[in-house]
Amino acid sequence: MKACVVSCISGIVFAVGLGISGMTRPVKVIGFLDFAGKWDASLAFVMIGAIAIYFVAYRLIRRRSAPLLADKFWVPSRTDIDLNLIGGAAIFGAGWGLSGFCPGPAITSLASGVPSVGVFVLAMAAGIYLHGLVIGLRRFRIRSVPSGIQIAADA
Amino acid sequence: MTDFTPISALLGGCLIGLSASAMLLFDGKVVGISGILAGVLRPVRGDTLWRACFIGGLVVGGLILRMLLPAAFDFGILRSPAALVVGGLLVGFGTRLGNGCTSGHGVCGIARLSVRSLVATTTFIATGAAVVYALKHVLTG
Repeated sequence: MKACVVSCISGIVFAVGLGISGMTRPVKVIGFLDFAGKWDASLAFVMIGAIAIYFVAYRLIRRRSAPLLADKFWVPSRTDIDLNLIGGAAIFGAGWGLSGFCPGPAITSLASGVPSVGVFVLAMAAGIYLHGLVIGLRRFRIRSVPSGIQIAADA
Repeated sequence: MTDFTPISALLGGCLIGLSASAMLLFDGKVVGISGILAGVLRPVRGDTLWRACFIGGLVVGGLILRMLLPAAFDFGILRSPAALVVGGLLVGFGTRLGNGCTSGHGVCGIARLSVRSLVATTTFIATGAAVVYALKHVLTG
């Protein structure tokens, strides 16, 4: 229960951070991605601020054997660079550049009440379900081919 | 196109870093918004409530912004609904295939010095820039 209160407060702080930083404004995002035009480097500073804090905090926190309100840390452990990683990031980037929204700012911007944001978030949810469907089909197909091919578990 | 705003960007970035740090310290979780959302949309027993609380917090945070900093929703550019549908599908599908978005790879992953996240972040900034270039400098002149 306490962990969920922390999640909720963290979500609020995260959203306020996105709003103050300019990440909720597609014009800023597209300005940041417009290297060939009048480049707006502002959003690089969002990453610098966030990474600097998390870089230090991560090292301090991981000295603990466990988090304060849970029995273990859930931290990604994969180190392989595969086509899914690169292809997925490439597809995400294309959608980010096209719309000017990434997931956090889009969800936060639902609060604006602007219908277009809802359209984006619904499409994003559909994209997530579509991925689940494609992975499910791929697993099914591979399982039904008796070639002994194994695919890595999805992280 | 827009003004350079490094101070507010840095300040907002620090809040994002603090939020992610709190999630690690208290809950032991890495903040990747796309992954958190996916876990709400395709729930796994016992691993959904904290995700829903975080997503709810984002919307509450948005409501606070709407009251105190309405300029945060001065979108400036809002693509057509058709473009937003395509963009949303690409963002949803791509972040799941690549296991992360701007928060999970771009902030948390890079701060953990994960090479996977560095590769992902470089890739999505590159394709994002390519699409912006195509839309702004090729298609519309």
